[in-house]
Amino acid sequence: MSARVQLASAAGAILSLPARLIEPAMSGIQRGVGIKRMPWVFLLPNLVAVILFALLPVFINVFYSMSGSDRLFPWDRPFVGGANYQSLLDCTNYLDPSTCSRDLFWRALGNTMVFVPVQVICMIAIALLTAICLNRDIVGRGFFRGIFFFPVMLSPVVVALTWQWILQRNGALNGLISAAGLTPVNWLIFPNTAFFWSVFVTVWAHMGFYTIILLAGLQAIPRDVYEAAKMDSASPWRVFTRITLPLLKPVMLVVFILAVIRSVQTFDELYVLTGGGPGSATMLMVQYIYEVGFAAQPRNFGLAAAASLFLGLALLIFTGIQMRISRGGNND
Amino acid sequence: MKRTTLRTTTALALVLALAPITAAHAQQITLWAGDTGTGGEIFAEMGKAFEAENPGVTVVVEEVSYQTLVESLPVQLEAGEGPDIAIITDLGGLSRFYQDITPYVDAAYFEKEWGQTLQWLRGGDATSTAIYGMPTTLTVNGAYVNLTLFEQAGVPVPAEGATWQEWAEATRQVAEATNTEFAMEMDRSGHRFASLAISYGAQLVDEQGRPVVDDGLRAAIEQFVAWHQDGTMPMDLWGAVGGATHRELFSDFLNANAVLYFGGSWTLAQMDSEVGDLFDWAVVPAPCGPSSCTVMPGGGAMTVFSHTQNAEIAGKLINFFAQPENLDHYISTEVEIPSAASQIANGVEYPTASARTSEALATFINQIPKMDAAAYRFQGWRYQRAMMNALTTRISQVLNSELTVDAAMERIEEDVDLAIQAAGGQS
Repeated sequence: MSARVQLASAAGAILSLPARLIEPAMSGIQRGVGIKRMPWVFLLPNLVAVILFALLPVFINVFYSMSGSDRLFPWDRPFVGGANYQSLLDCTNYLDPSTCSRDLFWRALGNTMVFVPVQVICMIAIALLTAICLNRDIVGRGFFRGIFFFPVMLSPVVVALTWQWILQRNGALNGLISAAGLTPVNWLIFPNTAFFWSVFVTVWAHMGFYTIILLAGLQAIPRDVYEAAKMDSASPWRVFTRITLPLLKPVMLVVFILAVIRSVQTFDELYVLTGGGPGSATMLMVQYIYEVGFAAQPRNFGLAAAASLFLGLALLIFTGIQMRISRGGNND
Repeated sequence: MKRTTLRTTTALALVLALAPITAAHAQQITLWAGDTGTGGEIFAEMGKAFEAENPGVTVVVEEVSYQTLVESLPVQLEAGEGPDIAIITDLGGLSRFYQDITPYVDAAYFEKEWGQTLQWLRGGDATSTAIYGMPTTLTVNGAYVNLTLFEQAGVPVPAEGATWQEWAEATRQVAEATNTEFAMEMDRSGHRFASLAISYGAQLVDEQGRPVVDDGLRAAIEQFVAWHQDGTMPMDLWGAVGGATHRELFSDFLNANAVLYFGGSWTLAQMDSEVGDLFDWAVVPAPCGPSSCTVMPGGGAMTVFSHTQNAEIAGKLINFFAQPENLDHYISTEVEIPSAASQIANGVEYPTASARTSEALATFINQIPKMDAAAYRFQGWRYQRAMMNALTTRISQVLNSELTVDAAMERIEEDVDLAIQAAGGQS
């Protein structure tokens, strides 16, 4: 036997050791539960993890949303029923946050409802455009792919602090504007400009991730379809709308769902960059939940839990719609 | 061979059997200190002296970040965990976790030295005489002024007793004459704003621990908004940020971009090291409002927590730290404002501080007797942080035209009521 075969045999023996070690135990379990129930045995570790770390926290959250006081442990918290929900929903006019009992919740909800579509549309449009450019045979393609993906690897706090340094009154951007002989703008003190930069910074920070996914989708489209279109003298726009977009649809849906979920969860970048300001112009739902549940003293866990369930419910409905559309698309 | 095995087994059994007895004699006290200044270094050093006097006692001083003390410690205490002792700053807010150490300390001495500040630890319970710990240092809010800019502008520096409006007018003149960006700036902090508000007559909290939203507060908010509207104060701090986020721009003062900066005594060391003699600066006496010339006090306290298994030793350790020689050593090395009455009266020598810093410290200390009773009451109130968060959030909304002053006043009251309700309605 050659040395290579001996080595392979030894490696095989080592790799199969764990399986051989648990084999007697597994055989015993199989005898006990029967072969039909064995899949459940294999699923059990994951099921336990999902129950402990996903389902149980949801149930605990539901309980917290129906309990009062600033106490941490559930058994120390009195049951208050729907009081927290009632407090959040108490409004004279739902379109005017100032008439609501918890006005900041509604302001944050309103901001989120504007922020999410604007940010997601910008994100997908720019990521798609970038992916199409990077899919072409351009010089330094690998370098540019790295450049666009780089911000994704940065900590959100680093991203926010960097942009704060760029955008602040005496920041780098105003330095350039002054050097060009123009009047500097205090970008973060006006609600509209602060909102614009909030969208810009979050798109800049995350678009690399979606670009990579879309690029993979573009590369999966068979080249011969494009060649056929070329032979038929199809215009670039027609190629894009009739070939690229339809064939990219499944990937686009995944990107869309991921982008929406990430957008609704936006917190860290904006918390550091604007703190939700000016006033409450960039305060999104997650910041509201954080402020009520953790920054406030005493901590209002009940109200924060109720607000987070609203957020969860909205995400659930949205994901359901997306899945339905996605299934429809697959059936086509 | 058999005999050796027998001996080893017997020795092991003895060690195991005696271990709990030994452990019972050894008492370990864990103390958390924040990582500012010299951190826990001086307490660790004094802890060694305590260990020498109390054989079998070990004092472990752990240095933690300020963020840990503010955010993690309350959650640990809620779970019955955490250190035996910690130096904290949310004195009233954590009051329900404290251990009464009256039997283990010289209560009369503690009352004599910290009569007023001990009350802050009682969470607003005016009837309590319990001693929960030792106030370590006092911090004082105050205004730093760039004297070089005043000199260049030829504007006289307002004298002691000058009002906030007189200071605003003088600093505006200086800013215009010297082309300085901003006349006045104030940390985005409810605590800093409370200095202005109380000097304008705001009570913020009454004797019963109920929130007070009065005409004094309204006048202070209106004045504050007016200063932002006429450019006396920049929007960058209170205008640009939302929610309860704390923000400061002391760098503006360090870079001579602001004539007056309202911050606190804790930035003295930074001034000393970063500005030095680059420009002439001073801490000025508290600007006056229509009601008083007060600023807010603050500071830390070393408290024992009720989950400790060693309350007696913890109490004795605090009593040891509170002795005059130990207290003097700590305050002078840390270059802090003392909180003990005798130290305030007799003064403390700071051998390592520069002449300018010593002068500034003296000015801060001179503000202590002028502090309004409302300022002390607010500092010891259990819901102080709720009120401070409401002030920052709502005033920023007024500055951005999201709320009127009237609406902001209503919201501040509602926010604090909600916080009290969330805590079970106990004032």
